[in-house]
Parts: sequence; C-alpha cells; structure tokens
Amino acid sequence: MHETNTEVTTAMKFKTIMRHLREGFKNIARNGWMTVASVGAVTTTLILVGAFLALMLNLNQMADNIEEDVEISTLIDLTLNEEEITELGNEIEQINGVQTVVFSSKDDELANLIESMGDEGRSWELFEQDNPLNHVYVVKTADPEDTIDVANQISDLEGVQEVSYGKGVVERLFTFTEYARNIGLALIIGLVFTAIFLISNTIKITIMARSREIGIMKLVGATNGFIRWPFIIEGLMLGILGSIIPIGVILTGYYYLANNVSERISYSFVEILPFNPFAWQLSLIILGIGAFIGIWGSVMSVRKFLKV
Amino acid sequence: MAKDVILGKYCVHKLRTKIINGLEHSQVEVNQKSKGDYMILMNDVYKTYANGVTALNGISIDIKQGEFVYIVGPSGAGKSTFIKLIYREVKPTKGSILINDINIGDIKEKRIPLLRRDIGVIFQDFKLLPKLTVYENIAFALEVIEESPRKIRTRVMDVLDLVGLKNKARFIPDELSGGEQQRVSIARAIVNNPKIVIADEPTGNLDPDTSWGIMKTFEEINARGTTILMATHSKEIVNTIKKRVIAIEDGLIARDEHRGDYGYEI
Repeated sequence: MHETNTEVTTAMKFKTIMRHLREGFKNIARNGWMTVASVGAVTTTLILVGAFLALMLNLNQMADNIEEDVEISTLIDLTLNEEEITELGNEIEQINGVQTVVFSSKDDELANLIESMGDEGRSWELFEQDNPLNHVYVVKTADPEDTIDVANQISDLEGVQEVSYGKGVVERLFTFTEYARNIGLALIIGLVFTAIFLISNTIKITIMARSREIGIMKLVGATNGFIRWPFIIEGLMLGILGSIIPIGVILTGYYYLANNVSERISYSFVEILPFNPFAWQLSLIILGIGAFIGIWGSVMSVRKFLKV
Repeated sequence: MAKDVILGKYCVHKLRTKIINGLEHSQVEVNQKSKGDYMILMNDVYKTYANGVTALNGISIDIKQGEFVYIVGPSGAGKSTFIKLIYREVKPTKGSILINDINIGDIKEKRIPLLRRDIGVIFQDFKLLPKLTVYENIAFALEVIEESPRKIRTRVMDVLDLVGLKNKARFIPDELSGGEQQRVSIARAIVNNPKIVIADEPTGNLDPDTSWGIMKTFEEINARGTTILMATHSKEIVNTIKKRVIAIEDGLIARDEHRGDYGYEI
C-alpha cells in the first residue's frame, strides 16, 4: 500500500482521467440550479458577444471594402508625349506604398463617365469627337491609409496636372472606420471580461458549496491537480453548454440576415459577409470563447480553495 | 485543604515537567543519531499566527512509533495548533518538526499531500461528505490517492468491519447516529493504513457508552502499531485508559507523563 506514498505519479493514469471526467459531469448534474445559472450567464453574454462580433466583423469588412475602393486619379498634363507619360508612370511606381498603377486613356475615361451617368450620359457622347479629358494614371496603394501621403507625393511630380482622391471624404472615412474598429474591439473585450467575471463568480459559488469537500480531499492527501481537474472539466462543460444557444441564435439569425436583408441594400460597398463560411467561423469563435471563459473561470475560483 | 492538595500536585507537575523537559533536550541531541525510532520529533517549535496571536512558545517533544498519547490542556492553550502542525495545516514559525524523519517545516508544497497520506485525521465534527454513502465516504480517501478499484473495495470492507459498520455501508451520514458517524470518520482516517492517527476530541460530542466504544477501536488500531495522538477534554477516559499524557498550557508543555492523569478539574 505504501509504495504509492513514496512518489507522486506524475503521469496521469487513464483510470484517473476517467474519474475526473465522471466527477466533472456528475458535479454538473449534482449542482442543479447553479449549473443552470452558470450556463444562463454564459448564454446571455455569448449571445451579446456573438451579435457584436457579427456586427463588428461586418462593419470591418465594409470599411475594408470602402478603403479598397479608394484610389488616386492622377490627371496627366496634356502637353506630355507618350514617352514622358511612360516615364511618369515609372516614377509613380517608384513611390513607397504604391501597389498598382493603371493607365487609363482619355477615351477610356470618357467611356466610364458616360456609362456611370446612365441615360444622362448620352449628352456627353458629343465629346467623343473632341475629348477634353486627360489621360489618367489610376494609382492604388498597398495600405489604404497611405493614400493621402502618396497623393501628395504624386502631385509634386513633373507632368502631373492634378491629383484627386476624394480629399476630405477619404480623411473622414478613415477616421470613422478607425473609430468603429477601436470602439468595437473595446466593447468585445469588455464583454468577454464581463463574461469571465460572471462565470468565475457563478463557479465560485458552486465551489464554495463544496469547499468542505475540497478541504477533506486535501486532508486525506489529494494533490492539487487531482482536485482541480474535475472543476476544469466542469467549467469547460459549462462554457460549452452555454455556447449552444448562442450558436443556434447566431446561425439562424445570420441565415435570415444574409438571405433577406442583403438583397435590399443596394449600395455596392454594403455587402454582408456570406453565411458560409462566416457564420460557421463565428460559431467556432463563440465555442472557443465559451470554453475559454469556462476553464478560466473555474481555475480562478478553485485556486483560492486549494490553500488548505 | 483540597485546594492545597491540588496546588501541591500542580507544583509537583511543574517540577516534573522541568525535569522531563531537561531530559528531553539531552535526548534530542542523542536522537540526532538514532532519530529513526521516532515518529514525531519536535524541537523548539514556535507558532505565531499572522494576527499576532502566539499559540506555541517553544515546544520540544518526541513520540515513538506505536505510542498512544493524550494531548490535554485548557481550551486555547495550543492543542489544536500542536495537532495542525503535525499534518501541516499550519507551518511552524520557528523550530523543526520531523515526521518519520522528514522535516515537514521546509518540505515543498507538492510534498504535503504525501505527508498527509501517512497521517489519518479524525475531527470532532466528523467532516463527512453528506451526499455520499458511508462506503463512498471511506472509499473517497483511497480514490484520492489513486488506488485501484479492487483494492479500494477490500480495504473499505475491512475497515467497515473493524469499526462495526459493515451493515450500514449504503447509508448516508444523516441516517446514522453521532457515534456511528464518528466511526465512519475513524474508518476513513485509517483506511489507507496511516502511520499516525490524529484525533481532535473524537469523543467530544458523544455519550459515554459510545465514547468507550470509540476508545476500544483506537486501542485496536494502536495495537497494530499505529501511533495515536488524541486531544481530549475527557478526564474519565484519560484516567481510566492509562496512556502517555502531554499537557499543553500557554503554548508550552506543562507536563509529559507516561501513564499519566488528566490532571485538571472540569
């Protein structure tokens, strides 16, 4: 009998793992209403986190789309000959942060203009005889945030008549998307921490009710790890159970949203992320957050009771 | 008259204690070489709690394997602290405590569970788990140390037999009398064959008949070579079943007598 006493078996036996699993599940059943309360807390917070994440990620996507659309139109001086135009194109390409430089002739520009005007564009067809527009270099930057800087550098180059990138509008757009991102991130972090706090508190109550049991376990020579494992499994299970309803809500809600709402919105940049794979990825994230806060909550709460 | 007699007795005790304490110190030095004989060896142990309360003021004691020792003394004299030091619920502020040749004052946190597997503790309030059956309560102590299920079964049935509760294995603690519950807690304490059994007022809440039954069980356990330390307030038990008596007063050993008396008027 005493050979087991001389050394702690570090490798956990399979039998012990099964015992921890059994105990963990048994505790969930045994705690009855406290389990319901814990799962309820996880559920509520995860629904909020999920809804926010969905909103956030979509907003982010939209902001990305808008940013992608930002481009610099470099109007080329009319006096430049073909060679000089090519040289200017090369010079623009040399600028730091420039991703693509696409040449668009004045005929292309007019065609675009006419097309974008629709029926009214017909009146512009008159200009096809004598096109007053400039040749244009359409410049895109690798990072949309560089747009303003790059535009300023281009306007300094020889042979550039004018640079346009939606001055003012672009600046405002960038500040807005940045705000939206930061606020969203802060809100999500806040929500996750609130959830962890709520869950660790609820688990603390379930553990408090069993502090006696833990004390006795310690007195008869249980190691901390042995005591901790069933609680970790319990926390994990509470987190997973708590993420079932939020995942259901998000899948159905997003399915509805993706199928109905997106069709009614006509702005090109307002594009909802497709249900597949986005909703599934979101569900996985929710499950991960649930498991994480469950485990974290139980580890946090059990720690105090191990000091006997 | 009677007062004088008591006073006289007390003086003799004090004198004896001094002699014994003196002896002990010389013994401790000898023991450094042959300490293997001792189950519990305390040397100049002090304990001051974080709130400033001093519970023990320099205690030195040696208890051999297989001894049966009563710990007596007024409430608040340091008995509980003395007991808690042995299974390392509290840590000494100063001094060394050797349990089975291991200095538990400076063992690592990880080693504490191993120490406790050699010590069975019995409490006045039993500390049984109310939702588990008698059998499960006892098996619990073996599950925790990862014994095999078959071994658990035989051991639990053995100790249930020893404490005379074989027919109540499926009961839950609330369905048992106080004495029966205490016997369950004894069974749990001894189920893994500990080298030391510590009982903190095990008969405190029990009627005399039940108390004698419990004592009989202790003597049986002791007869198998288990060291027993029992803190008690029962003058009757101490004076009837004569064993070594260690009296703790004001955090000091006031008396240490083989086959001693309780020595206090209740």
